[in-house]
This record gives sequence, structure tokens and C-alpha cells, in this order.
Amino acid sequence: MFGFILRRLAVAIPTLLLLIVVSFLLMHAAPGGPFTQERALPPQVLANLNAKYGLDDPLWRQIVNYVWGIVAHFDFGPSFVYPDRSVNQIIAAGFPVTLTYGGIAFVVAVAVGVSLGVAAAIRQNSWMDYLAVGVSIGAQVLPNFVMAPLLVLVFTLWLGWLPGGGWGGPVYWIMPVVALATHFMASIARITRSSMLEVLGSNHIRTARAKGLPERAVILRHALKPAMLPVISYLGPAFVTMITGSVVIDMYFSTGGIGRSFVDSALNRDYAVMMGITILVGALTILFSLVVDVLYAWIDPKIRY
Amino acid sequence: MIDSRQMQSLAARLAQPEVRGRSPWADARRRFRRNKAAMVSLVVLVLVGLFAIFGSQLAAWSNEEMDFAIMGQAAQLGAPSWSNGHYFGTDDLGRDLFSRTVQGTQVSLMVGLIGAGIAVVVGTLYGATAGYVGGRTDGIMMRAVDVLMSIPYMFVLILLLVVFGRSMSMLFLGIGLISWLDMSRIVRGQTLSLKNREFIEAARATGVPAWRIILRHIVPNLMGVVAVYATLLVPLMILSESFISFLGLGVQEPLTSWGALISEGAGTMNYGTLWQLAFPLFFFCITLFAFFFVGDGLRDALDPKDR
Repeated sequence: MFGFILRRLAVAIPTLLLLIVVSFLLMHAAPGGPFTQERALPPQVLANLNAKYGLDDPLWRQIVNYVWGIVAHFDFGPSFVYPDRSVNQIIAAGFPVTLTYGGIAFVVAVAVGVSLGVAAAIRQNSWMDYLAVGVSIGAQVLPNFVMAPLLVLVFTLWLGWLPGGGWGGPVYWIMPVVALATHFMASIARITRSSMLEVLGSNHIRTARAKGLPERAVILRHALKPAMLPVISYLGPAFVTMITGSVVIDMYFSTGGIGRSFVDSALNRDYAVMMGITILVGALTILFSLVVDVLYAWIDPKIRY
Repeated sequence: MIDSRQMQSLAARLAQPEVRGRSPWADARRRFRRNKAAMVSLVVLVLVGLFAIFGSQLAAWSNEEMDFAIMGQAAQLGAPSWSNGHYFGTDDLGRDLFSRTVQGTQVSLMVGLIGAGIAVVVGTLYGATAGYVGGRTDGIMMRAVDVLMSIPYMFVLILLLVVFGRSMSMLFLGIGLISWLDMSRIVRGQTLSLKNREFIEAARATGVPAWRIILRHIVPNLMGVVAVYATLLVPLMILSESFISFLGLGVQEPLTSWGALISEGAGTMNYGTLWQLAFPLFFFCITLFAFFFVGDGLRDALDPKDR
């Protein structure tokens, strides 16, 4: 197991370095510098600014400094647009918010999706099954940027039950969580249903039933674990799409997470912030897919590592 | 010597029309036709396509004209109506939403089809090459795909759009850059199972060069799988583009797309101009639905054992 994790890390670390270098080069290739404005700065001021941010160093030196800053000090450097704020501060302000509703949405999507999928599978062709299938088909065409306005329309404008945006107590969490979770809940329900149906038809379940185990034990102890494998392998991509979706949630509900900072910096051409967030998200993605792989190898006895 | 009766029966037999064999494609077509959801979806797609192509001929207003009588008072005067020619209503600038929806449909469908097209060409060739060549080349090529897949592509795509300026071609390039990854994996898997079959061995034995085996013998046999995944890719491409346009980072005015229209409608709906959200959303949803159902139908038709 330990060797398996090490081997995965051996791929993950170069991937991350590649992401850092590529996004740095992209930023470098951008036409115009970060201080290009409509009114040109005097050359002396520009030279001083470049010196302050280390932009007059040779390219390789800038890359090495940048990577070293991230690896050694976890420092993404200063923002180019807001001189008094560092990228770290901007991320630190938004990240807890994103983590809160993202984490809740993730747990809700998995819990509801798996229960719905299992319920649909054990009562195949009942109203429960049709409901689950209907919901998961419907949710395919309701991505977060469609869910968000629809939720606001119904619960804020028509019913007036929930605040349409902002960030405060748990009341403010409901709509972001639902908007973010719906799509995944539906996908997880669909995957769970089909893999559960397959497992329920297999020999070991027939054996368990034949030796007189109560149905509850058959489902929970013998069927659920193998049926979870496809769901677990879906969690990696789900995490990526979810963190991407947080951009829409932050924009639409003004929750103030890192998605908002990302789009703002994209519109302001604040490359340092964009890169910082991209790299952070990339690192999280890689870490998460590592965790998923380890979990998968741990659950599935057939996998040799 | 020759038995004339036998000869006659032989001649009669030859004169009979030959029993037509059923090709696998004809079988697939039959299975697809029996799938009602997929057939209805196909009709929906054709209608949406006709709407995109001929919609502007039906429109009373062009997509750039502003109706100054309505401008600024969309909530009171801009509602859908037959009498003033704004079938879907107008936006706050007095632009006709019918024409805008036609234009958005054109752009979104084009992005979806071109994105999926890039995925098909690049993904098929890449996956087929990796699978056919095998060995270390295969390992390196697929490892590269793994690396690219673990990058949060939406963030990188936005980075690309900001750095190199927001334009349609950049959007195509950015979406095309990531769309082929899944396709290449699927194609590689299929190629691995094809490459040890007898007809490939025969081709190799007669000295056909590798690239021609890939193009002439491997790729045509992959078409079923590729067609299924290409159909399922189109809605994903449309979703990606709409996502970016919803954030205001995709197609720029005066061009528009479903994502941009939905974003606009979502932004103005608390002023009571609900039609601005409803019409683009309707086309967006039915098209995605239809693509998913056609894709599922194609999968059932072309790959019947995969049920």
C-alpha cells in the first residue's frame, strides 16, 4: 500500500510542477505586462515596478523563484492589481467559504444520491425507481448555472423564503448547496442504481439470500460495498466539476468564495491571483484523486498495488 | 450430357433476386428506429437545427436592431407579442429576443459540433495510434492523457481566454484542447481489443504499413463507439461553452450564445422580464435532452451487448 501511494505521488508531483510552469509561461506570454494601462507609465516608474515584483529577472529565474516560493513558503506572491494584498490573503479570505458550502454539497450529493440509487435498485420498476430515474434524467440538463437562477426565482422572488445571495448563517447555505449538489446527486444516484442492480443479480447475493440472511444484512453488508466501487471512481471527476461549479455559485449568490476572486481577477487581468487559484485547485484535484485511488484500492480486494 | 432440367432450375434460381444480407449498420438502424425516445429526440434536434438555420427568415426584427419604443422599458412593453413582431419579447435594450435566440442557437450548436468534431479527429487518431503501437509509446502517450486530465481544465481555459483575448477561435481551441482526452481513452481500449484480430494480422502479414493499418482497418471499425461518444460529447461541449459564457468570459457581444442569454435572463428576472430566461433556457434544455437520448439510443443500437 505504501509503495502504491509513493508511486502515485511520483506522478502527482511532476504534474503539479508542470501545471505551475505552464500557467507561468502562459502569463508571461500574455500581450502587455501587468502594469500596462491606458495612460502609459513613465519608464522610470515602470522599471521600478518591474524591479519590485522581480519582473526584470531572466525568465528561468522568475520561474524558479515562483516555484520555490510556493514549495518552500506556500507563498503565491503579491497581487498585481491590489498592491496591499497578497495572493495568499485573497485566497485565505475566500477559501473557507468555498470549502463550507462545497463540503456540505459534496456530503449531501453522496448521501442522497447513494440512498436514492439503492432505494431505486431494491424496488426496481416501482414508483420509487421511476422517481429516481426521472430525477436523474432531469438533472442532467440542469447544471449549476441553470439551477441557481431557477432556485432564486422560486424561493426568493416567488415564495420569499430564502435570501437571494450573500453569506451568513445556515439560511444562506441552502441554495448554494442545492444548486451545486443537484447534478452530482443525480449522477451518483444513476451510477449507484445500475451498479447495485448488477451486484444484486450476482452469485454471492444469491448465496447470502439462500442461507437465510435478512434482506437488510444482504443489502448493507454484502451488496453495498461492491456496488460502491463505480461511485468511488466517479468522485474524482465529481470533485473537479464541483470546484469548477463553485465559480458560478460565487458569482450568482455573491457568497464571496474563491470563485469570485477568480473571475474578478480574470476580468482585471490580475494574473498572479488567477495563477494562484488555478494552482491551488490543481493541487486539491490531484490530492483528491490520490485519496480516491487509495480508497478504491482499499475497498476492492481485486486490485493489486 | 447436360441435364436440361437441372440447368433450367439453376437458371431460374439465378434469375431470382438474391436474398439481401443484413449489414450490422442496417441492424443498428432498425434497433434505433424502434427506440421511441431516441426517434422523438432526433426530430427535436432536426427542428432545433431548422430553427437555427431558417429562424432569422421568420424574424420580424434583426438581432442588432433596437426597438426604440421599448428600449429601457422592457418590463412594461417588452413582453412576447405577435402584434409588434417580438415573438419572444425583447431585452432591456429593445433587441428582439427571437433573433437573439436564433443567433445563440447557431453559436451554441456550432461550438458543440466543432468541439465534438475536434475530439473525434484528435481523440480517435491519438487513441488508435497509442493502442496499436503499444509498449512504451503507449505508456507515455496515455500517461500524458492522465496528466492533462488531472488539470482543472475550466480554470486553465479561463486563463487561456484572458491571456490571449476572448475570441471564438480561442474558445474553440480551448474547448478542443481538453475534449479529446476521454475519447482517446475509449478508442485506445477498443483498439487494444481489435489489434490482435485475424484481419489485422492478415494486413500486417501482407506488408501494409502501420499508419495505413490504423487508418484503413482500425479506424473504420471504431466508428460505432466513436459515433456514440461524439453524440454524448456535443451536449458536454455546449455545457462548457454555456458555463464560460454565463460567467461573461465566453462569446462577446454582439455575438451571443445560450449561456450568455441565460446569464442575461437570470440577471434581469427580478425586474419581471421572465421571458428573457424562459426562451433560451427552453431551447438549451430540450437540445441537451435530445442529444443525451439520441446518444443513449445510438449506444443501444450500435453496441447491443453493452446493456
